Amino acid sequence: MEKLNKDVWVFVEQRDGKPAEVSFELLSKGRKLAENLKGNLKSVVIGHDVLSLAEETFRFGAVEAIVVDHKELGHYRTMPYSRIINQLIEKEKPRVMLFGATIIGRDLAPRVASYTKSGLTADCTDLQVSDVQYLRKDYKDLLLQIRPAFGGNIIATIISPDVQTQMATVREGVMRMEPLEKHVKGKIRNIEYTPDPVDELVKLIEQHRQENKVNLKAAPIIVAGGYGMRTKANFELIRELADLLGGEVAGTRAAVDAGFINHDRQVGQTGVTVRPKLYIACAISGAIQHRAGMQEANKIIAINSDPEAPIFGVAHYGIVGDAIEIIPRFINVFKQKLR
Amino acid sequence: MQRCVQTGALNQSIILRIKKAAMGFNSIVMVKQVPDTANISGQVMKEDGTVNRAKLPAIFNHEDRVAIELALQIKDKFGGKVTAITMGPPRASDILRECLYMGADEAYLISDRKFAGADTLATSYVLSEAIKKIGGYDFVFAGRQAIDGDTAQVGPQTAEKLHIPQITYSEEILGIKDGSVQIKRKIDGGFEVLESKLPLLVTVIKDAVSPRPFKARRVMAYKNARTLLELEKLTEGNSLLYIDQLKDDYVNKGLYIHTLTMDDLKLDESRCGVHGSPTKVHKVESVVLAGGSHEMIEPTKEGISRLIDQLLEDHILG
Repeated sequence: MEKLNKDVWVFVEQRDGKPAEVSFELLSKGRKLAENLKGNLKSVVIGHDVLSLAEETFRFGAVEAIVVDHKELGHYRTMPYSRIINQLIEKEKPRVMLFGATIIGRDLAPRVASYTKSGLTADCTDLQVSDVQYLRKDYKDLLLQIRPAFGGNIIATIISPDVQTQMATVREGVMRMEPLEKHVKGKIRNIEYTPDPVDELVKLIEQHRQENKVNLKAAPIIVAGGYGMRTKANFELIRELADLLGGEVAGTRAAVDAGFINHDRQVGQTGVTVRPKLYIACAISGAIQHRAGMQEANKIIAINSDPEAPIFGVAHYGIVGDAIEIIPRFINVFKQKLR
Repeated sequence: MQRCVQTGALNQSIILRIKKAAMGFNSIVMVKQVPDTANISGQVMKEDGTVNRAKLPAIFNHEDRVAIELALQIKDKFGGKVTAITMGPPRASDILRECLYMGADEAYLISDRKFAGADTLATSYVLSEAIKKIGGYDFVFAGRQAIDGDTAQVGPQTAEKLHIPQITYSEEILGIKDGSVQIKRKIDGGFEVLESKLPLLVTVIKDAVSPRPFKARRVMAYKNARTLLELEKLTEGNSLLYIDQLKDDYVNKGLYIHTLTMDDLKLDESRCGVHGSPTKVHKVESVVLAGGSHEMIEPTKEGISRLIDQLLEDHILG
């Protein structure tokens, strides 16, 4: 019998040569999955001048970096990238392949899964390896792909029992980035890029990317407001409190939709996942989509006039009352203590 | 003489151009009927924490409606045809009628019990085979994702099976020229402009355009459009109605919604529905609130003062 490949591959995403953080988060998780599977963690790095990026993946435990480096590959394009990965998977048949659930990952992974007829689960929030009994059949070491479903109201565990390569995209920020103290002594394996006419079907004309100046993920203190702040003017209170505490301002999707705050500051399922030291939720009811992005904060203070609001279910401290009155009170008391 | 030849050549090129413009661009738009997951209330959640799908209203996936709008805008500008297709249960014909109300020329319901339980891979197989059968397309459109699964996978997987390129997260069609289209799409942290040869599969995000309202005249005309399954229902218990005759009648009146089953498409059963789906749902759990007990703080100055002291002491603040 042919020995099954047990390797875990991580697609390392780069934009203008800079790695996407999610790729390192995936490598950190992938290292544990590979341990459980008794396989190797390998990174797949496609781009131009990406050798140092490939080497950086050794810091997260990759024992091998599969590198396709060519000037035509500098910018992500669906056709060449998917073609390259299709061929690699077809030939080497890894057991698991992970992509970030970014725009690039969500464009690339399904195309690859379709070609290789792999199972693919989108937007996972957790991954585990476990033996599974499914339809009275025993499967060893399957990848459990855990994701919210139905608008976040349920958590589903998905398996792909009968395929060689189990694929998943994983949300940004949900896995912890854990560099190793000591580099793994990894190997760089260069794969030659052979151009193909299909690569030229879609051409990049122009690209505009703004570095995200807001880094909610790194903020130790976050003050967030919901639709319950009622007006943009009231929302200024959130900003004032955040400035005073040395924190960042954030909002719920409803607050973003109402125009109180920009989308790049949205916390939750369709925004950023954060784990600050302190999260102050002001006039936020706590819909599951929002909680998914903040419930792992070290300490949560919830301020809401509805004592039944679900946000209190994840809070450590609850204040029942109108945030528009309570925030100024908080600001005053804190200022007095600073003196 | 020389002059004559030149004119002739010129005429020919004009004729060709007119011909192309007259033909326009044909679009096939993949649409989906979805449970309204945005408005899940207590009644919809069962006691075991799972969702009672039957209690959820079925709606037209919004981004697919945006996709129809984009296809119609191309038709308005260049001519051509817009065909809406959906894979789903018989009642999914509701959204096909809505496509006709908006301005779609034809609609296809792809429906078969054997499609039940399909994941995105099996769905894209069925849809791609249906699209091949319909044929003659320049564009395949779809919404970026459907709100019941939020996977955004069916678009790219269908493109792969059709062996055509894809542009996902599209925001705007900038122009079509010489068999190529320029599209502005969203990327992480910005946007890019891509130029693709046709045919092409395009998935669109909700901000791209706002879908046009139904036209009253079209609603009057197409509210009677029926799928084969619906016509079969009409003939049940009515010995005077013969299905073939009835179907011909509806086809002639332009009120027939094409209906295709697994056999019509000559599909490989092992690639449809549950059998063709590599991913399986192993477990479903309701979302349990973490944390649980929290300390109540009085909304007074004193209460807040004590809270701040506590936070300072724990080095959470300061």
